[in-house]
Amino acid sequence: MDQLAQLVALTLAAGTPLVYAALGELVTEKSGVLNLGVEGMMLVGAVAAFAVAATTQNPWLGVLAGMAAGAALSAVFAVLALTLLSNQVATGLALSLFGIGLSAFVGLEYVAVVIEGIPPVAISGLSDLTLVGTLLFAHNPLVYLSLALFALVQWFLYRTRAGLVLRAVGESPQSAHAIGYPVLAIRYLAVLFGGACAGLAGAYLAVAYTPLWVEGMTAGRGWIALALVVFATWKPWRVLAGAYLFGGVTLAQFQAQALGLDVPSQFLSMLPYLATIAVLAIISRDAATIRLNAPASLGKPFHAAA
Amino acid sequence: MSASPPRLALRGITKVYPSVVANDGVALDVLPGEIHAVLGENGAGKSTLMKIIYGVVKPDAGTIRWEGSPVQIASPARARRLGIGMVFQHFSLFETLTVAENIALALDARRAGGDLGQRIRDVSAHYGLPLDPDRHVHTMSVGERQRVEIARCLLQDPRLLIMDEPTSVLTPQAVEKLFATLRTLADEGCSILYISHKLDEIRALCQKATVLRAGRVTGTCDPREESAASLARMMIGGDLPHPRRSAPKAGAERLVVDRLTLPADDPFGTSLHAISLAVRAGEIVGIAGVSGNGQKELMAALSGERPVADAGAVRLDGRPVGSLDAAGRRALGLAFVPEERLGRGAVPDMSLAENVLLTAHRQSMVRGGFVRSEAVRAFAEQTIAAFGVKAAGAHAAARSLSGGNLQKFVVGREIRQRPRVLIAAQPTWGVDVGAAAHIRQALIDLREDGVAVLVVSEELDELFEICDRLAVIAQGRLSEAKDIAECGADEIGQLMAGSFIAPGAHPHRHFSPAGALGLDPPPEAEAREP
Repeated sequence: MDQLAQLVALTLAAGTPLVYAALGELVTEKSGVLNLGVEGMMLVGAVAAFAVAATTQNPWLGVLAGMAAGAALSAVFAVLALTLLSNQVATGLALSLFGIGLSAFVGLEYVAVVIEGIPPVAISGLSDLTLVGTLLFAHNPLVYLSLALFALVQWFLYRTRAGLVLRAVGESPQSAHAIGYPVLAIRYLAVLFGGACAGLAGAYLAVAYTPLWVEGMTAGRGWIALALVVFATWKPWRVLAGAYLFGGVTLAQFQAQALGLDVPSQFLSMLPYLATIAVLAIISRDAATIRLNAPASLGKPFHAAA
Repeated sequence: MSASPPRLALRGITKVYPSVVANDGVALDVLPGEIHAVLGENGAGKSTLMKIIYGVVKPDAGTIRWEGSPVQIASPARARRLGIGMVFQHFSLFETLTVAENIALALDARRAGGDLGQRIRDVSAHYGLPLDPDRHVHTMSVGERQRVEIARCLLQDPRLLIMDEPTSVLTPQAVEKLFATLRTLADEGCSILYISHKLDEIRALCQKATVLRAGRVTGTCDPREESAASLARMMIGGDLPHPRRSAPKAGAERLVVDRLTLPADDPFGTSLHAISLAVRAGEIVGIAGVSGNGQKELMAALSGERPVADAGAVRLDGRPVGSLDAAGRRALGLAFVPEERLGRGAVPDMSLAENVLLTAHRQSMVRGGFVRSEAVRAFAEQTIAAFGVKAAGAHAAARSLSGGNLQKFVVGREIRQRPRVLIAAQPTWGVDVGAAAHIRQALIDLREDGVAVLVVSEELDELFEICDRLAVIAQGRLSEAKDIAECGADEIGQLMAGSFIAPGAHPHRHFSPAGALGLDPPPEAEAREP
């Protein structure tokens, strides 16, 4: 019984960075903007969070710093891609490379530093009383926050007027502009939200999941988050499922490595990525679903005619 | 001078684009409660002027006065706050959203409240525009989409309503109904700017008309005192050509549709029920009907876009072709002009020459797998010349042409391939009178050459003008084709409303789950069609 609870906890913990990063990117893409800089924004968020946590001894300040750093980097993207109409794909890729390099540079002096991370919540009595208690009440606060974020995004996109406007902008910025919505401002906000979420995903890795700083510690999770959004056909609950699938397989391959299976470890490390993409690709092969949920203007620059 | 100031007064409105002067010192007065027509060919500057009034485009010069006081209409939101509503013709619906969501987006937050679904049903029932608030727009035909636009506007309680060719999708009876609605609105004090190229409608509805040509006002008049010919003269600066046609001399059956039954492939589509029709060499057969009654599905089945299992259900020259795809049927001499000229009839970002290649490559334009680009260019240039297409040349991108010019090009491309059978869907939709007359004449010429022509159109006038026989499509069923001389407009209108369908034979309609606005599903699934 304990093992099951632990399995769930570890799966959620491993999937959480993807939940943050992919939900943020989902909101960005729903507004019609394709920001491929998630990996870079995650790393910058991670190093900023770690540095601030190490300096102030307060991991929560670190989380805020990570979000701010992610948002700041996404603001650079927004200015280039939205205001100056640069190519979104190229700009996003450059942003990732820039973030990878910047985080490695800033993080040099933090490589061997040890900090006090954010511990899992432990409500005495509840958390260790029963299986249910362990399942529900023993995770990291940031895991709960990510679930709250999921609920928030789902509610915002499909239950609020602002969410409807955001989807409309992603569907047809020309029409949204014609009706009188500020397309550029809405897209800026969506990009900043995506940046803050990516930064938060990095911060979670650096101050809660591990907690430590290693160069390139996101290990491609930013890219998998991007793939997740597409294969989840821009649906928040599928993003959530995909993220936990990734977390579960990550866990399984750790177990397999620990058991000393006669499979090259590199192959095992591939598994989470392969499995996530394969499963989501199979789920999302319905063309009609894609057409209904994909933002039609994704990646296309919008310039309001004078 | 009237006692009250004009609701809207424009003076000296000028808008210059890099290559063209869209508006040149335009003046326009719209009185309260007046139905005012704005007439002009495509490219005359009507759209630009309307966009200026609606705040989408800023004028380079000129003043706008709203109820006597000068205003800057900086945005559509500002226009809506003033009380200006606009029924758009293009680019203003969100395809992946539902009808209710589309309408909610255009309303103020306080107007888009929880009972919106019911209000949409009320307005649409009141004005005879059947609409299901929960349907997704991408499943709707062009005509149905326009209903959404109209309903969206009417829900905004406008004081000036701009309507851009709103009647092209309605049955004659529904046009009467809409006119009654507009007259009621006008009696209540709402001003209406009515853009159209249908001169008869303008004469029946409007009290005043402003005519634009090449960006300038060429006249204002009371259309009730003008004839259609005099209005057309003001509009195009010359006389409208009348179609010339000889007596019918139909030959052998070229295109035969035999009890074609096809279930809808889309939950919101229309199923086709036992459609039978024959088109003979040297005749034009028309199919009338309100859009969304199966035209789209019938066109897909006839063009080969959607092959049918029963190969004998569609026959070309007696040969079963139902199972062939579009290329296979084209190889047998079928040509097709689809309803959507951008995206189906032509690839927007490709040049006219490249667009020629897409369907005309059988005209010895490819040799040994290589494209003979000089033959392609020659075909494109000849088409441009023969059909009077205004374009920068064969290299011009399809999207750079105005709707009418591109349509002339697409029709010309198909006709110049000397087909045995030509199928044209909405050949003059959104095309100005001059270009429309040209296209109709081209179809008639094709008939004189002994080609079998099938035209699907929502414009009854057009069908009466060019067709030898006429059938009506309603709810996926086709009435028997009748000689045009035996058809009355009233009778056709009845048929369009489905009078020939046996009771109890209603097709099933499906509804999407309640939309994101917490709307209840409609109470009755069958009660929407009149």
